[in-house]
Amino acid sequence: MTVTIFVPRDAAALALGAEKVAKAITQEIAARGLDAKVVRNGSRGMFWLEPLVEVRTDQGRIAYGPVKADDVAGLFDAGFLTGGGHALCLGLTKEIPFLRQQTRLTFSRCGVTDPLSLEDYRHYQGLKGLEKAIAMAQAEIVREVTDSGLRGRGGAGFPTGIKWKTVMEAAGPQKYIVCNADEGDSATFADRMIMEGDPFVLIEGMTIAGIATGATKGYVYIRSEYPHAIATMTEAVEIARTAGILGASVLGSAHAFDIEIRSGAGAYVCGEETSLLNSLEGKRGIVRAKPPLPALQGFLGRPTVVNNVISLASVPVIMDRGAAFYRDFGMGRSRGTIPIQIAGNVKYGGLYETAFGLSLGEIVDHIGGGTASGRPVKAVQVGGPLGAYFPRALFDTPFDYEAFAARDGLIGHAGITVFDDSADMLKQARFAMEFCAIESCGKCTPCRIGSTRGVETADKIAQGIEPEKNKALLADLCNTMKFGSLCALGGFTPYPVMSAMNHFPEDFSPAPMVEAAE
Amino acid sequence: MNMRISAGEFTERSLQIIRDLKHLEGPMLPILHAIQAEFGYVPDEVKPIIAGELNLSRAEVHGVVTFYHEFRDHPAGRHVLKLCRAEACQSMGSDRIADRARQLLGIDFHQTTLDGAVTLEAVYCLGLCACAPAAMLDGEVYGRVDEHCLSEIVAEVRR
Repeated sequence: MTVTIFVPRDAAALALGAEKVAKAITQEIAARGLDAKVVRNGSRGMFWLEPLVEVRTDQGRIAYGPVKADDVAGLFDAGFLTGGGHALCLGLTKEIPFLRQQTRLTFSRCGVTDPLSLEDYRHYQGLKGLEKAIAMAQAEIVREVTDSGLRGRGGAGFPTGIKWKTVMEAAGPQKYIVCNADEGDSATFADRMIMEGDPFVLIEGMTIAGIATGATKGYVYIRSEYPHAIATMTEAVEIARTAGILGASVLGSAHAFDIEIRSGAGAYVCGEETSLLNSLEGKRGIVRAKPPLPALQGFLGRPTVVNNVISLASVPVIMDRGAAFYRDFGMGRSRGTIPIQIAGNVKYGGLYETAFGLSLGEIVDHIGGGTASGRPVKAVQVGGPLGAYFPRALFDTPFDYEAFAARDGLIGHAGITVFDDSADMLKQARFAMEFCAIESCGKCTPCRIGSTRGVETADKIAQGIEPEKNKALLADLCNTMKFGSLCALGGFTPYPVMSAMNHFPEDFSPAPMVEAAE
Repeated sequence: MNMRISAGEFTERSLQIIRDLKHLEGPMLPILHAIQAEFGYVPDEVKPIIAGELNLSRAEVHGVVTFYHEFRDHPAGRHVLKLCRAEACQSMGSDRIADRARQLLGIDFHQTTLDGAVTLEAVYCLGLCACAPAAMLDGEVYGRVDEHCLSEIVAEVRR
């Protein structure tokens, strides 16, 4: 029987040499005349082990990693096609603790299947949610999503079902489903992993959203920094269309739904939903004032659902297993699972899908294993460039929308960047302002001007120029930006700045400059 | 215009691209991406052509082109090296890598080496945050970029 070897095609695996490894394995199979084939799967999300090569054996899939091209011949010599022992052997993939302890609902297939094989997709429970949705009334689908407690995974945390209900009830000759795949936050890669590793789940989720709200057209707006995701999604849409999942008759039903892939052009602010809609319409990605809500007047002024990739990709499992199944995971008002992305200076970086409620300390110290550099953890930034810096003193904060808000932070898109003790928090605060200045759309003054003034003020503090006065000024500036900005870019930039200043005051009091000897 | 084609041919190719895509809902970004893929940048001369075809003013087209970091108003070098400068990469020493790249190439960000070999760009996140620092060379991605990896990349683009 043909042996199947899995080598990921995920961009992070490619960045660590997966292409060379796949090539070496293919050559080795040919040279040794073996009966084996290479399947390019998504990533399991354990990036310290990438490229992670797996072999399907009678006992299950056995993992080897991190594999370099030079290791390949040795692996064959060690009989890895039958799970043979080798220094890089990690045993059964599903028994690797980082993976075993997760609750993979949204990411159940990611890293397991060939992302572009519909056969694989169906084999691993794919399309079951859509099949159920087709047999249901629109209001029933919306109620199921509402009852599941699913909230926007892009960062805002707005209940997905309520958004859908507004669009369902809105009148309009044409409604749209827009998938926000402009995943610009540093430390986040969950959207990318889904699009590269299990694109059909996003297509299925969007199609269910279309049926539920009466939208027949969907757009996936993917940032241009993700060429691999754009390529995989484009191919997957084509395959889904050919197979009758998309098109005039979704799976042979009376529903029509089709998807088009669009590429961003390097503007962080286009991750904000109204800015994204303007960009999709071909305008400058300037933020729109709300109301009107995009749900009522969105793309081209028509009723539009704008949802994050993970929100939409979580819908199929909710429809398949039921609202109660999903809702039973989590804590408080944060229901279901969240793919936490552990990144930066961390030993075991990757994607960890789990129910809401783990403490930040458990995530950073136990799951992430502390820093990659081996030095003490100084701060972790949660929620991307607009998220707060948390010191160790706040590591008891549970991973939950409300708990983070109560501590002047946010979980955002659930990315965590770990910094060791060499980090300079004044520098990080300055960067937050600098990033806001680079990416501001320019529509509102607090964001456009405030960010530039913020950089200057941080520089003065660093130079020891009237530090107390300038710290007060920076705090005042943050207050104006927080309450006076139109969107989250200007409104949330104060989170990293203020948290850095409040939790790490020592970094904001640089030693006074030594006077030059006269 | 910095191209080895006649004005007539330029207009014809531009019109072809625009007419292939103008039926889309919100065709502007797809058109600009296609123009940049064709010519390597978005030349000023294309703006009135797009404006005419989409029934917009030249100012509106100019406004869109200049809003997005991705669109260039002049050709890039033969290679484009993008270094991630966002937080996750910072935590793994990307500032050092950036300094080293500037030193090795003798240019700053958004500049092209005199021999036209490479343009250096900053990028804010490539989604490779768990294998930082990250870089992208002409669409190919690199993780855990260290000085050794960087000098290999530089040698490659200089070849």
